Amino acid sequence: MTAALAKSTAHSIVEASPRSKAVAGSLVILYAVITILPLLWIVATAFKSQSDAIAYPPKVIFEPTLEGYVNLFTVRTRQTPDFIAKLPPPETWYDKLVRQRDMVIAGPSKVVPRFVNSLIIGFGSTFLAVFLGTLAAYAFSRFRIPLADDLLFFILSTRMMPPVAVAIPIYLMYRQLNLTDTRLGMILLYTAVNVSLAVWLLKGFIDEIPREYEEAALVDGYTRLQALRKVVLPQAVTGIAATAIFCLIFSWNEYAFAVLLTSGEAQTMPPFIPFIIGEGGQDWPAVAAATTLFVVPIVLFTVLLRKHLLRGITFGAVRK
Amino acid sequence: MAQIRVENLRKSFDQFTAVQGSNFTIDDGTFFAMLGPSGCGKTTTLRMIAGLELPTEGKILLDGEDVTFRRAAARDIAFVFQLFALYPHMNVADNIGFPLKCQGMGRREVRERVQETTRLLRIEHLLSSKTSTLSGGDRQRVALGRAMVRRPKAFLMDEPLGALDAEFRHLMCGELRDLHDRIGATTVYVTHDQLEAMSMADRIAVMNKGRVEQIGSPQEVYDRPASMFVADFIGSPPMNFLRFEGGLRSGDRAIAFYDTSIAIREIREDRATAPLALGIRPEHIRFADAAPVRGEVFGAEYLGTTQIVTVDTAHGRVAARLPSNASVRIGETVGLEFHSERLALFDASSGLAIRTANEGSACHG
Repeated sequence: MTAALAKSTAHSIVEASPRSKAVAGSLVILYAVITILPLLWIVATAFKSQSDAIAYPPKVIFEPTLEGYVNLFTVRTRQTPDFIAKLPPPETWYDKLVRQRDMVIAGPSKVVPRFVNSLIIGFGSTFLAVFLGTLAAYAFSRFRIPLADDLLFFILSTRMMPPVAVAIPIYLMYRQLNLTDTRLGMILLYTAVNVSLAVWLLKGFIDEIPREYEEAALVDGYTRLQALRKVVLPQAVTGIAATAIFCLIFSWNEYAFAVLLTSGEAQTMPPFIPFIIGEGGQDWPAVAAATTLFVVPIVLFTVLLRKHLLRGITFGAVRK
Repeated sequence: MAQIRVENLRKSFDQFTAVQGSNFTIDDGTFFAMLGPSGCGKTTTLRMIAGLELPTEGKILLDGEDVTFRRAAARDIAFVFQLFALYPHMNVADNIGFPLKCQGMGRREVRERVQETTRLLRIEHLLSSKTSTLSGGDRQRVALGRAMVRRPKAFLMDEPLGALDAEFRHLMCGELRDLHDRIGATTVYVTHDQLEAMSMADRIAVMNKGRVEQIGSPQEVYDRPASMFVADFIGSPPMNFLRFEGGLRSGDRAIAFYDTSIAIREIREDRATAPLALGIRPEHIRFADAAPVRGEVFGAEYLGTTQIVTVDTAHGRVAARLPSNASVRIGETVGLEFHSERLALFDASSGLAIRTANEGSACHG
């Protein structure tokens, strides 16, 4: 069809009309604004002073300060102005910032070790779940396994119970095994929860990769594992990326088990953030700062994998 | 190149038996076609020869060596898939060179061998193309290249032309056979298309329900089908069957067909009265007014040089291939005369052919 003809056609079936495009576009923008607004609010709150953060009506324009971040990373004690005046001059900008409010830094807060815990537990369990899930999904997809359907259902059923229902048995079990408040314990727990999701998602993706590819590789000289690594996996990257993001988001954000099973050593960010207490209650700018930092890894990970994710999010339904 | 021997090969999946006790030998350098309808076990047999499937029972010998349970990579055979199975993340050269790389061959040598192979297939200009940009025929050539480059003992092909369009398929048929002759390969070719099998193969194994019904040259399989299934499956339109009941005596040169007698090649078997079927290829029928088997013309299908005329007789519908200039009127009553030397006789209950003179080497599988 020529361009002229296309323009003269009042209603094309395949091409959306300018008006419907505009409607669709504004709906998408509206949705984006609605979703992004809370995030922006959090990011902004992190730069507010304590009083600005709880001001009513809420302040949209305010004087930015790094107080929230400083409070997040430090533990402070209040001193008399006389005491502060006698101290040697502040060494750093944050020392100065704290002293302006008649306080001195007593030491670092626990946010860094908590964040490291979150990273280790989140990425560790994601790696394990995706690794085990890939192998299991490949086996389910390619071999004749007795009772395969029942096994798959059983695997899925582990995800059907709410955490509250299994919390007490798991707590008792972990105490017996000395796994409470350990990173290993949390990694194992999140892996166990995620592996069911990983098996199901990845099985779908691997099912769609024709067997012929790996069979050709088998005939041409590869072993089964080589064929899996060098022929199947490159084609399953999309699915693996999507699955990894889902697993990471779960273990990164998980709260219930983390509150129950961690307190000191292995505590992750989710149970830590709500209990950042300042003078006279919740330190909202510090909470917002922690939340901002907490979101960063997920965003980075998703952006890194987004090329694969865009295709993978359809759960492999429209591969090619 | 190699001889392939299959002994009592059987394969069951749970309740279902895909292949039941196949026996055959494929001689070195033969183009061997396995022909049959879908689900007849031909692909399963091929996959067992390749090592992609393990047999439930039986043996597979490559050059006399038992390879039944050896893994695919250790058998030194190449497999060409219907959907080509080119690795989508590699270009043409990498695809063809892949089996050599697996063997740990040096990069320079791989490149030389790949170039040599692509020259043979006339696809040198495609070496650096992405496989997704190729046409169906070129993809198939690349798949063949990947199979050839290693100079394997045998080529196993699973409906390699099935995904091509009709015109191209014909061209590739010729190319495949030509290639086979030039490299002197042993080729096992699975297809459900009788034309492909007839035009390319030295020997054809016709399979049905997991059994080999007949093995023979295209001529043998066409002219002396070992069973009613083979007679029906090969030929278009298929062989006509006229069912009747009768007894046979070795040495007879005619059969009693209802109230008349039909001349036939000398019978070499004694049979008590039983249901029989007389098999007649459409091209071995002539219209003759005096002939005792009569019927009414039902329809005519014009094919250019010939026409297929269907005639309703008292014993069933019969298709005859007549010259296209023969005038045929629908509804007219005609007599059918059969070429007595080319008739086949079957036991209608077992479906197996009854031996007649010049039976040759046709065997029951």
